[in-house]
Amino acid sequence: MGENLVSFLEKTPDVSHWLVLSSLLFSIGLYGLLTRRNAVGILMSVELLLNSGALNFILFNRFISPGNIDGQVMSIFVIAIAAAEVVVGMAIFVALFQQRKTVDVTQMNMMKG
Amino acid sequence: MDQTMELGFALKNAWLILALPFFSFLIVGLFIRPLSKRAAGIVATLAIFLTACFAYRLAYEYFFTLPGALEGIHKAFVPWSVEWLRYQENMVVSLGILTDPISVMLMVVVTTVSSLVHLYSTGYLHGEDGYGRYFTYLNLFTFSMLGLVTAPNIVQMFVCWELVGASSFLLIGYYYDRPSAVAAAKKAFIVTRFADLGFLIGMLILGFFGFQFFGELPASVTQGLQPFDFMFLTHPEVGAKFLAQGGSFLGISLVTLSMILIYMGAAGKSAMFPLHIWLPDAMEGPTPVSALIHAATMVVAGVYLVARMFPVFAVSGDALLVVAYVGAFTCLFAALIGCTQDDIKRVLAFSTLSQLGYMMFALGVSSFENPLGYTASMFHLFTHAFFKALLFLGAGSVIHAVHSNSIWDMGGLRKKMPVTHVTFLIATLAISGIFPLSGFFSKDEILSAALESGHTNIFVVGLVVAGMTAFYMSRVYFVTFWGKHRTEGAHHAHESPPVMLIPLIILAVFSIFSGFIPFAHFVSLPSPHGGEGAAHGGIDLAVALPSTAVALLGIGLAAFFYSGDTSRIEALSKSLGVIYTTIKNKFYIDEVYLFVTHKIIFRFIAAPIAWFDRNVVDGGVNLSAWGTRKAGSGLSRTQTGQVQTYGSWFVSGVLGILLVLWILSFERH
Repeated sequence: MGENLVSFLEKTPDVSHWLVLSSLLFSIGLYGLLTRRNAVGILMSVELLLNSGALNFILFNRFISPGNIDGQVMSIFVIAIAAAEVVVGMAIFVALFQQRKTVDVTQMNMMKG
Repeated sequence: MDQTMELGFALKNAWLILALPFFSFLIVGLFIRPLSKRAAGIVATLAIFLTACFAYRLAYEYFFTLPGALEGIHKAFVPWSVEWLRYQENMVVSLGILTDPISVMLMVVVTTVSSLVHLYSTGYLHGEDGYGRYFTYLNLFTFSMLGLVTAPNIVQMFVCWELVGASSFLLIGYYYDRPSAVAAAKKAFIVTRFADLGFLIGMLILGFFGFQFFGELPASVTQGLQPFDFMFLTHPEVGAKFLAQGGSFLGISLVTLSMILIYMGAAGKSAMFPLHIWLPDAMEGPTPVSALIHAATMVVAGVYLVARMFPVFAVSGDALLVVAYVGAFTCLFAALIGCTQDDIKRVLAFSTLSQLGYMMFALGVSSFENPLGYTASMFHLFTHAFFKALLFLGAGSVIHAVHSNSIWDMGGLRKKMPVTHVTFLIATLAISGIFPLSGFFSKDEILSAALESGHTNIFVVGLVVAGMTAFYMSRVYFVTFWGKHRTEGAHHAHESPPVMLIPLIILAVFSIFSGFIPFAHFVSLPSPHGGEGAAHGGIDLAVALPSTAVALLGIGLAAFFYSGDTSRIEALSKSLGVIYTTIKNKFYIDEVYLFVTHKIIFRFIAAPIAWFDRNVVDGGVNLSAWGTRKAGSGLSRTQTGQVQTYGSWFVSGVLGILLVLWILSFERH
């Protein structure tokens, strides 16, 4: 395991290295999404998830079919949607804050059975 | 049925006899009753009168216009039927009308008595709350009873059999605010229903073999018939096959077993000992109901069933012996109790039991060699329907006037109620068997049938009971109509309205003259060999003289004890002591039943079953409900309302699945 890791790190960067980066980015985002108590923090974690997705698009575009620009177009879409999502999310949180005086998501337990 | 035969209007449209009362029942019950009580009574009565006219027309056509009818040959056939249930190629059940001498005779009896009772009831129940409901039920009963007597197969008969039981239940419980009426209705229904269980099992045994034989017998036998048709089941070939088939259960041959079980149903309906207990209590119903259902029509359904299945009963001689002895015993037993009862309707109820016993043992003693009993039984059924209905309606008229059922509250009514008095006297003489009233002829025929068939012991019982019948009926007559007014009610009694008297007069006419009908000419046992049985009518002096003598003796005794003051009878009943109280308490049969049901069945069977039901069956159900609820509340703890928790579950689930797939992907390689 250790030798594999060393040889992996010593190699010239190729698609697998980038995929590891993307996976790390996704995992960090997921961890933040599930653990952050502050709604703004959750929103930032979502940004990480989206960006790891966008990175994957770019990667596969670059390494699988370099002649096309489909992946790059998709990543632009992802960025645009992320921006829109942040706007909507922040608007909700502002409204929520006005009512509850907090954006702590553990207080939002109205779905409790 | 011969297609070339020309049928008259009534036979061609025989379905009308069921359709008229049925649609009258529906229309009166659904549409007219909510609008007007009076109109409900009128429409219901008119419909039954129409049915009666139709039945007369049908009887005329059947007995007088069919080929061979005038020579006394009356074939059974089905003028109208529709397919009802088709299970298999051969297993078909139809609804239809069977015309043969006894069914046509009963159609006449049922419609006659029913229409007169309808008419009488318009006066008797005048101004009561349940007036419309009463006539609805009465129409339903008439329809069911006609369906029963015209049933061409045993399935239709069973259905209508239950229908008459249900309408009897409804009518006994007519005064449903009276606890005793409710109890009586339940008792009647449960006892007859219990008996019907036997009928059902017997029917299944008979039907099973009947269906088997249906496939095996040649087409000449099964031509145009269905396996559950009476005409097939009572065919001599079927009986012979049944007997040859052998097979037994608990040492009783299957044919005997099935016939005894069917007889159990008949005994329940006809209130034979020991299933008689419901009939006296059924007197809680309105008196016209007792006249129609519990005297003239429904209770003879059992006799009719035995007569209908007679050829099969005859195949199993033992079943016929059971019929004979149970009938004779009930006859004597009920007459004994009848001598001691104070409630006028109860005396009549026990007298009905006793007369039903006559009809049953008359069937029981007859055979294909001695077919007189069959005719005699049907003859007695015919005459009894009229004079017993008359007695009940007369009793109803008296009760209406005095407002009491006890004969000791009456007295001296012969001047106050002349028409009721005369008609009641006619009926009393008719049931006592005094020449030339109708009861004389039919009872005489039954007694000579018992004597000729060699059942001397049954003949003696019949003769003794004839005397007792005369005694207890004259007792009621003398106490009610002679002597002094014993109560205020009797003092202020007045004659009933004409609408109640007309049925009394008509029935009195029937009671006088129906004995002169040459009954053997119309109804006789169809011989298994094609020709007609050699039943003869006419008076047998060797029987007629002693039976008249005992009847006169009974009447004389009753006059001696009851026509004046009551000191003589009090002395007699005191000297009899325990015997008298035992008889007066109906031999404690009801108490025995109560003991058996409450102390034994309830405690040792019902109570453990109830415990098992409550604890084991209900416990099992409750356990599963409890488990589900607990599991639900446990699982609901996981519903925290935290989206992040849900998300964690989701992610770990996905990871778990991925792990599994990953491991599986190793195994595949």
